[in-house]
Order: sequence, then structure tokens, then C-alpha cells
Amino acid sequence: MSIYHLTTPVSDEDIAKLHIGDVIYLTGDITTGRDDVHHRVVIQGRECPVDLKGKAVFHAGPIMKKLEDGSYTCVAVGPTTSMRMEKAEAEFLEATGVKIIIGKGGMGPKTTAGCKASKAVHTIFPGGCAVVAAECIEKVKGVEWLDLGMPEAMWQFQGKEFGPLIVSIDSYGENLIDNNKIAFNEKKEAIVEELYKKVQFMH
Amino acid sequence: MHDEKIIDQLSDLISSFICYAGSHLPDDVDAKLKEMATIETEGFAPTIYKAMADNMEIADRLKRPSCQDTGIIQFFVKVGTKYPYQNELGEALEQAVLKATDRAPLRHNAVQIFDEINTGNNVGVRVPWVDMELVPDRDDIEVYVYMAGGGCSLPGMAKVLMPLEGYEGIVRVIFDQMTSYGVNACPPCLVGVGIAGSAEVAAKLSKKALLRPVGSHNPNPKAAMMEEELEKGLNAVGLGPGGLSGKLSVMGVNIEQAARHPATLAVGISTACWAHRRACIKINPDMSYDFVTSKGVKL
Ligand code: SF4
Repeated sequence: MSIYHLTTPVSDEDIAKLHIGDVIYLTGDITTGRDDVHHRVVIQGRECPVDLKGKAVFHAGPIMKKLEDGSYTCVAVGPTTSMRMEKAEAEFLEATGVKIIIGKGGMGPKTTAGCKASKAVHTIFPGGCAVVAAECIEKVKGVEWLDLGMPEAMWQFQGKEFGPLIVSIDSYGENLIDNNKIAFNEKKEAIVEELYKKVQFMH
Repeated sequence: MHDEKIIDQLSDLISSFICYAGSHLPDDVDAKLKEMATIETEGFAPTIYKAMADNMEIADRLKRPSCQDTGIIQFFVKVGTKYPYQNELGEALEQAVLKATDRAPLRHNAVQIFDEINTGNNVGVRVPWVDMELVPDRDDIEVYVYMAGGGCSLPGMAKVLMPLEGYEGIVRVIFDQMTSYGVNACPPCLVGVGIAGSAEVAAKLSKKALLRPVGSHNPNPKAAMMEEELEKGLNAVGLGPGGLSGKLSVMGVNIEQAARHPATLAVGISTACWAHRRACIKINPDMSYDFVTSKGVKL
């Protein structure tokens, strides 16, 4: 396991260094995008209103507060379940040039292939740690597609040492959570068999 | 006739209660996570447990919701049959959510079905969800609030098994669900299980099971044994915090049951994430209260 401090725009060379289990602290442009953003860009084919080339997309729906001068501050922003974006993520990477996906839980084979093809990684930020994350945000640079509502809009953040981001899918086709799930399922069968013997309540 | 003054007072109190619940873990959950952190000393687990502890500390200091997903607000209320403000209660609960949305602030999480529009204030058709139970001969109310987040609601399911599938079938459903969806529910989770005769009863009981404290047991000895064995078994799978693997998986398993039909054996599952924001307050007619899940806290 290695620790990397990266700054956007992230290059293909940066991505090539990363392997599953590595940890990143990211400085630079991090933009939220979840279900509806993926729907608009990939399924409806609309142009992404934010330039994401070499940057990070954050699967997150923050709590934002509007200040008196009309600007916004981020109250809390933690990762949402990345798997919901599985259907569209590979195409999203291709369409936008995103290099780092930030979310929680794993993603599936389609995204794994997409990360390999587009030279990108998926990373995990500790789930539920939304004020730790908000503390790593220096500035809210803007918002697009606010018509989607607060959680679904594209919030553009400037992050500072944003992390820990644990690499869960690298650009070599490796998938940390998939590996874990295989291990969980292998252990599961023996445990379940033992448990069956203890729950013989029918008579 | 509604008493507007009572609605205002009651909704103020309940909104403070919601705000507090959004930034703090209940005593039982806090203690359990601290205990688990002392066992999870390898791999990514210490990093994640530290982030969790830091997060709760910052949330408390900055008075902010600890997780951005403040969920759909659900109330489970035990209403004394002699409680004088039964008329005002429904309105007060809704007002409390509106006030808390602004004050906490809560994320806007109520999306209307069919219209597919986020209402922007956490109030929508049948939301906040309110479940009421009458309690004879009491004049107070006991209000549980639960913030049903997306990730932790995702593993939820109910299924009607055939009795010949037995309790083994229930074990299988729980393990399959936890190993496939558990990693997305911000583990370590508390697992709520309902066992009954039909899907909706099992589902509802599984959520009520989550309201019970971590570490409490079902009064039926067989159920208590099953809770313990499921907990041990799930821990042996080793999901670890965030599904990044570890020595443990869950904070516990709570089971609630209702008698079944001879021909059905229904199981329901609900999961609570580590940020298990459920809180309970008892409120008397004079608005004095006892904050059951956060002892000694004044709102
Ligand atoms: S599962 Fe719980 S802790 Fe995780 S993001 Fe959802 S509400 Fe927050």
C-alpha cells in the first residue's frame, strides 16, 4: 500500500502508478455527480456543463447552505453508493475524461473495464464521514443543473488534501471490493451450514 | 380545533430533537463502535474507525449533521391514550420536519412518486412517515425518530418463505443480503430482522427491531440465541468497516416477531448504518421531557 498526494488535472502517468489498496489525498477540482447527472450525460446524451477532464467526479449528494450573498457553503458531503452508477459509469468516463471516481462500496465489471479503457480509478472515501469531507473543501466554485435538486445537482468543489481515498478499482482491471466479496462468499457457506444446525425450531 | 400554540411549542421541541439526532450517535451505538474499534486493529479498519470518530467529534463541535444523508424522516410514536394533544400531534411532527430542514440543515430528501420532483423540504406524500401505537392509561408520548438514509435502506427486503424452508431459509436470506448489499450500507451495520406471516408485517417489524438498543435481546430465548448466532456468523464473514474487510461486520442483530400463518414464514430485513441516527424522547403534556437515547442532554 502506497500513499499519494495528487493534484488535478491528474495525468495518465499518475493513474498508472495507482493500484488497488493505495491511498490518495487529492487537491483540486472535485465535482459531485450521481444518478441524475449520469442519466443526463449518458442516457440522454446531454453535454456535461462542467469540464471534468483530468478531474474527479464525486458520487455524493451534499447538504449545501445558501449564504446571504447568494453563494453556497458545504455543510456535509459524504459518498453515496457507487454501484447505482454502474450502468452508466464507463460511458461517463469516456464522455467526460474523468480520472478519479470517488464513492463508497464497490462497482462492477463494466466500470472495471471502463477504468482500464479510459485510464481512470475508482476510490472509496469512508462512508458517513461527511463533515470530515466537508472540512477538506476549501471553496464551492459553482453549481450546475440545480434544477435536479440539492442532492443531484453538480456542485463544483475545490478540495484540499481530500481523503483518505482508497483505490478500489485501478486501471489494470483489479477490483478490491470484488476480491473482498469473493472472500466473504467463500467464508459464508461454511458459516451458514453451521448456523442451520442451530435454528431447528420446526417440529 | 387545533391549538396553534401547542403545535408551535411541540414542533420546536421535536425539531431540536431531530437536529440533535442528526449530529450525534445514541449512547448505545457510540459505546459499541468504540468497543469495535479496539478489536479492528488491522488493514484499513483503523483508518476508517478513526475517520468515523473524527467525524462525530467535528459534527458535535460544528453542530452539523454528521452524515450528508439525513434520510427520509420516520417517526415511530407511542401515544398515551390520555395524552391531551393527540389532535395537534400529526401537524406538530410535520412542522418539526420543516423547521429541522431549515435549522439542521437537513438534506432535501423527499421525492414525490410519479411527479419525480424533490419537494425541497422533506415533506411529501406520507412523508415524514409516521407510525403510531396507542398505549393505554398514559398521558405522555414516546417519539422515536429514525433517519432512513439511502445506502442503509438499500439492503432492505421482505420475502415470504414456505414453512418447509424453515429458519434455515431466514438465515440464508440474511446472509445473502448482507454479503451482497451490506458493503454499501456503511458497515458496521445493525441488522433488524422481522419474522411473521406476511411480507409487510415482517418488513415493519424489521424496522422496529432497529429501534431497540444495540446489545439488547429478544425476550424469547430461542430468538435471543438466534440473534447472537447470526451476529457471530456475520462477524465471521468479516465485512469490516466500509466493506474493506476486517474482523467484524455488524454492531448486532435484533429480531422482532409476530405469530405467522401455518402456511407462511415471512422474513423482513432492515439495516442501520454505523451512523445509526435513531433517537427517542418522552414528552409530557407540560412539554417537559426525558431524552432516552442521549441521557442528560438538554435540548
Ligand atoms: S449509509 Fe448511513 S452513514 Fe452511509 S451515507 Fe447513508 S446515511 Fe450516511
